[in-house]
Amino acid sequence: MARRILPGLPLTLGITLVYAAIIIALPLGALVFKAASLGPEDYWRIVSSERAVASYRVTILCAAAATLFNLVFGMALAWVLVRYRFPGRRIVDALVDLPFALPTAVAGIALTTLFASNGWFGGPLSAIGIKVAYTPLGIIIAMAFTSLPFIVRTVQPVLEELDPALEEAGQTLGATDLEIFSRVLLPQLVPALLAGLSLSFARSLGEFGAIIFIAGNQPFETEITALLAFIRLEEYDYPASAAIASVMLIAAFMMLAVTNLLQARALRYTEKG
Amino acid sequence: MAEKRPPRIGENPLFRGTIISIVLILVALVIVAPLIVIGVEAFSKGWAYFATTIGQADTRHAIFLTAVTALIAVPINTAFGIAAAWAITKFDFPGRRLLLIAIEIPFSISPIVAGVSYLFVYGLQGLFGEALQSADVKILFALPGIVLASMFVTAPFVARELIPLMQAQGRDLEEAATSLGASGFRTFFSVTLPNIKWALLYGIILCNSRVMGEFGAVSVVSGNIRGQTNTLPLHIELLYHDYNAIGAFAAASILALLAIVTLIAKVILERRGAGRVRRPSLAGAAQKPETLT
Repeated sequence: MARRILPGLPLTLGITLVYAAIIIALPLGALVFKAASLGPEDYWRIVSSERAVASYRVTILCAAAATLFNLVFGMALAWVLVRYRFPGRRIVDALVDLPFALPTAVAGIALTTLFASNGWFGGPLSAIGIKVAYTPLGIIIAMAFTSLPFIVRTVQPVLEELDPALEEAGQTLGATDLEIFSRVLLPQLVPALLAGLSLSFARSLGEFGAIIFIAGNQPFETEITALLAFIRLEEYDYPASAAIASVMLIAAFMMLAVTNLLQARALRYTEKG
Repeated sequence: MAEKRPPRIGENPLFRGTIISIVLILVALVIVAPLIVIGVEAFSKGWAYFATTIGQADTRHAIFLTAVTALIAVPINTAFGIAAAWAITKFDFPGRRLLLIAIEIPFSISPIVAGVSYLFVYGLQGLFGEALQSADVKILFALPGIVLASMFVTAPFVARELIPLMQAQGRDLEEAATSLGASGFRTFFSVTLPNIKWALLYGIILCNSRVMGEFGAVSVVSGNIRGQTNTLPLHIELLYHDYNAIGAFAAASILALLAIVTLIAKVILERRGAGRVRRPSLAGAAQKPETLT
């Protein structure tokens, strides 16, 4: 079994390791080093400062709301794309990836213009008393836009592979469509949904470009953590920037672990079926 | 699809019509409207004004800088992606799964964190800052920093398209070629490459689209020097904050066009099978590739 006749291991593995070390590991290591050189007291003072904690709250709450919206909309979108044939279906399917393809700064100014109080959507909304731009609602919309494809693209393949016989069995047994959906289909979709949720949430936590245009960026109100790290940098307060960025790095690694765990589970689930 | 489809739920015409309508309206509002508003704003004072805005020296320089960045970062990341995919899929070695996860790390990290991290390597207050200054080498607030930050953000793009595909294809063909005396490079170019070319192109296109559009990471390391280190996305921000909305949207329309071209290329390549080998998790795919068609 252990025959290794293919050439190129030293070359390709060498390139991979050197590249990963210089491009990925070195900068992240430098950030951790910088944050660690602060000492526990200073570090804690910075990351637990009122303004930092407020930014975590804004970021996490808005990301949760955006993910919740994407859960419902993404699920419905995947369902419609898989289950029905209608004119324009392929175009809609391709458009789902637009938020990934559109640069975040472009998305940011487009959404801000739409939702500003004189915009296409902002105008009617402000007439009924809803302000979107420069409020947390704007942050939620920017996050929902940039992370929309995740849930659609994780649920879609599972939905395609569902066994029709299960639905038929449910119908033979006299269950209503709603019962079949919630008790037969939904349980099979849960692993993919969870994986999509965690990807979507993680992306929202780190999003910057689309948000800063629409957020208003008021400390304590509409300031996300990524922006706070950026502001500290522009104030030449490098230790504070390192500390806050390191909190985001820790959060990203935690989300990466959760996502990998959920995806491994989703994969096992697909294979069983 | 069989001719006689079993009855499935959700076929009630009323439900079907309602949910399709709701989803289409939401797609129009959430996805299509931002795209349209870019075009409408960019041309709100007509073609001639649009052309003048795009033709301004600063905007032209931003387009040029973005193109140069992509011309450097994308080929390097492509070479890295191919090397990583070859090493990971053609050999078994300890730490393979760890390497897979390490390559995917940039996906999970906020672009701002990436930019800040690079500052602590090459910035004055960073690891190599003083050495670089005394050697008079400029990395940050110059092209090399922009390229490095872009490379970090897009490092996984090519590898993640190739790895599941090459995993699924196995090693038999390559082993046959080398046992017949072909060199490693010959094997890659005449045996492996024809089988992965569409997936490779797919990865390159996605990588390019992200490099040209990257905002957060580049905005930290570029220094935003007008007409010097402003890439197109940064230039859009600058124009926007200068209350030059038409200029900002005119510049944005170039990137929006790039996004549409990317989507079209994606659809075409997906018809040729690229992006079809799905793996819910790269780490999981190291063990069991899953091919869905």
